[in-house]
Amino acid sequence: MTTIEYTRGDFQSDQEVRWCPGCGDYTILASVQKFMAASGIRRENAVFISGIGCAARFPYYMSTYGMHSIHGRAPAVATGLATARPDLSVWVVGGDGDMMSIGGNHLIHALRRNVNLKILMFNNQIYGLTKGQYSPTSEVGKTTKSSPMGSIDYPFNPMSLALGAEATFVARTLDMDPKHTGEMLEAAYAHKGSAFIEIYQNCNVFNDKAFIALTGKEDRDSNRIYLEHGKPIRFGQDMEKAVVMHNGEATIVDAAAVDETAILIHDQTNMTMAFALSRLSHSPTGPTPLGILRSVEERGTYDDGVNAQLAEAKSKKGEGNIDDLIRSLGTWTVG
Amino acid sequence: MSTTIEDTEPEALDKVIIRFAGDSGDGMQLAGNRFTDASAAFGNDLATFPSFPAEIRAPAGTLPGVSSFQVQIADFDILTAGDEPDVLVAMNPAALKSNLADLRPMGTIVINTEAFEERNLAKAGYTENPLTDGSLNAYKVIEVPMESLTKEAVKDTGVSGRDVLRSKNMFALGLMAWLYSRPLEPTIDWINAKFGKKPEVAEANIATLKAGYNFGFTTEATKNSAVTVKPADFPPGEYTTISGNLSLAWGLIAGAKAAGLPLFYGSYPITPASDILHELSRHKNFGVRTFQAEDEIAAISASVGAAFGGHLAVTGTSGPGLALKSEALSLAMMIELPLIVINVQRGGPSTGLPTKPEQSDLLFAMYGRHGESPLPIVAASSPSDAYEASVEAVRIALKYMTPVILLSDNSVATGSEPWRLPERDSLPDFKVTFATKPNSPDGEFMPYVRDPLTFARQWAVPGTPGLEHRIGGLEKEEVSGNVSYNPANHQLMTDTRAWKVANIANDIPPVAVDDPDGASTLVIGWGSTLPVIKAAVRRVRNSGKPIAHAHLRHLNPFPANLGEVLRSYDKVLIPELNSGQLVRLIRAEYLVDAVGLNKVSALPFKVTEIETKLLEMI
Repeated sequence: MTTIEYTRGDFQSDQEVRWCPGCGDYTILASVQKFMAASGIRRENAVFISGIGCAARFPYYMSTYGMHSIHGRAPAVATGLATARPDLSVWVVGGDGDMMSIGGNHLIHALRRNVNLKILMFNNQIYGLTKGQYSPTSEVGKTTKSSPMGSIDYPFNPMSLALGAEATFVARTLDMDPKHTGEMLEAAYAHKGSAFIEIYQNCNVFNDKAFIALTGKEDRDSNRIYLEHGKPIRFGQDMEKAVVMHNGEATIVDAAAVDETAILIHDQTNMTMAFALSRLSHSPTGPTPLGILRSVEERGTYDDGVNAQLAEAKSKKGEGNIDDLIRSLGTWTVG
Repeated sequence: MSTTIEDTEPEALDKVIIRFAGDSGDGMQLAGNRFTDASAAFGNDLATFPSFPAEIRAPAGTLPGVSSFQVQIADFDILTAGDEPDVLVAMNPAALKSNLADLRPMGTIVINTEAFEERNLAKAGYTENPLTDGSLNAYKVIEVPMESLTKEAVKDTGVSGRDVLRSKNMFALGLMAWLYSRPLEPTIDWINAKFGKKPEVAEANIATLKAGYNFGFTTEATKNSAVTVKPADFPPGEYTTISGNLSLAWGLIAGAKAAGLPLFYGSYPITPASDILHELSRHKNFGVRTFQAEDEIAAISASVGAAFGGHLAVTGTSGPGLALKSEALSLAMMIELPLIVINVQRGGPSTGLPTKPEQSDLLFAMYGRHGESPLPIVAASSPSDAYEASVEAVRIALKYMTPVILLSDNSVATGSEPWRLPERDSLPDFKVTFATKPNSPDGEFMPYVRDPLTFARQWAVPGTPGLEHRIGGLEKEEVSGNVSYNPANHQLMTDTRAWKVANIANDIPPVAVDDPDGASTLVIGWGSTLPVIKAAVRRVRNSGKPIAHAHLRHLNPFPANLGEVLRSYDKVLIPELNSGQLVRLIRAEYLVDAVGLNKVSALPFKVTEIETKLLEMI
């Protein structure tokens, strides 16, 4: 197969992008298009499947194959496509309401099956398309149109949820850090199996500055905990903070106050560590882990499993013959 | 106590209806199925009606726990499992109590006497033992101590404990085989194949089967009872005995083959459709991918994904599941991808009567979607017909790029009958061609460019260079497929989608009317009522009255000549297992004063019910 040199423009469709000016989705779209151009994926082999919501308009802006399906069901639609067509690179795009509320069931089952899907969840902690109700990732007490006295719903921790669903690749990144977003997309693409990336995305209309602790000039360096496999987990303006395990929990300490050897070395194959790290922040208002929490390839993918069984059945029984099949229960002849 | 009787020639009957009834753990479905297969191998025509509780194991010995299997065998082409059994096998008091009312007067009852003890009688609600209180005087009763005879039969086989009495259904089957002159060999072969890995269980079952047969042969109680039903006079051909879920599944495989596409079946377990999933999952060597989804919505959504990828995508369910699939079905209609949605109807609404037949989802299939979402509807009318109904649904879906609803029901799905098999290599050919080239002057691919005759759009599958496009649930601009809020465009697209489905009327056979005598009354049905309507029509004609009969496979659109047919009769009767759904559609569409005959009592029609109504109308 010949290689085609793409530019970002080759992945832009002719449709006018209609997110609100200043929306974090623009940066993510650019990051994805840039990644696609560099990835070596042929345009005709990439498919973007979305549900409903602001983020779900995404496929219309990509010049690949795409489907804007129904609310919450994108992981299920994509599961069918990836199972039928393991030759394709299938991407799922949706927001926190789409994926964790109405589509929560499909998300966890796609993850546990390890279907070869790349799932991008744009988390803005609000319902944008319906104009500002609290979402399953909104913080307790949030005042919105549907919670004038403050929300009493306790939010999901998307990282913990994905890990609890046995996801084999779990990562988090930020709309405002395109370089890191690109790295996460690349790692997800390289992963065989379901890859789940939570992308913090600013909704400047209904939930502006929800991630200011991670994006604002003053605080961002103190709060971004970049995880790198095999490296001690340190962060802060001057790397003055560190993460250690204390009483079975990941805990933030002053690096100077502990022995160097006590600092946790990130191991993305360690599920227990991944879960402990996912609990470091429940809401992105303080130090928050970014990067790959978990990446393992210990399990085969669902689509490979399905297709392997087909191949096995064919090699054992031979290609099916319909005339024989309808006679398989025994026949008798009259006349 | 028993004496050997002289060998006498069994009396020949033209038909007999037998009902096996017992506790749901007694193996009555199995006994009935084996009796059916032995009869099929013998050359009888037959029809079956299994009936079982929705609970896997309702409390033993109680009325809700009764499971039964009725089979009619005949030397002519019978059409139904029959109205009133001639013979009832009652394995316990509850089975007797819940089935006795159906038995014909002077019918035969075979009773497992040892189950008629105080506790079981009380569980069934008997205050007196019916074996001794004279309440069965109007019947011929054959009392059999089935449990001790079974224990005696298996004592040398090595089975022990609970396995001992497990084979008592084989005793009942053996006895019925003698009474109705059935060969034992097909059953013995089946037992050996089934229990090949457990020779002691196979041996026990065979020993009990033979013990039952010999009991009939040697016992005074059954003297002069043996009868035979001679082979039926079938049209020449090769036959098999088939249930509807299986033939429907095979029809899907055949349809995929005819289309040259791999088959994808997304489903969530639900009674009575699960057997389709089971059957298809066994045939991966046909390139069949089955996906047991996390719920009904995922099952159809994954199928939509597979359809986008170029597979023949199918999702199967029963009524409540169709309700859950409704939103995704409208998406599939909007994005105009082929999809088969099977609804094996059951008693509704809600959980309703999951194991009972009803035809009450026709209006739901027709209208059960938001917005205006017209879809073709095809219905299977008998277990063997489900094969062709499947193939037809596939043909329509692919040719017109549309979801199709395929209606079956519990009677079709779980009943069985002889099926004259299609000849080898007779599969139709409707090979699908995917789009390979851009279809607009500027070299772009426009997903909503339509075929001028069918109005189908082109199917361009991911992986095809140069045809990258996006589809979705938002209203599409004609031709380009871009999102459009234009008022005139929405009107056009709504009209086009309706027209596309309506136009299929020109591509389906006209409705055929069976009217040899120039009748003025027409009876018209759809789905699983076909056999019973045919039987009623035959009886009416035998009594010298003319009656016309037609049956609909296509419920949307209706065949092009239907209005003309309906208007050419003075009176029209529409029997349905619902409160009047087809009759409503027909009255609305054709302004014809059709009359309904309706029933929602969890049972199929009896032939007499339709016969009586027809005689009243003529």
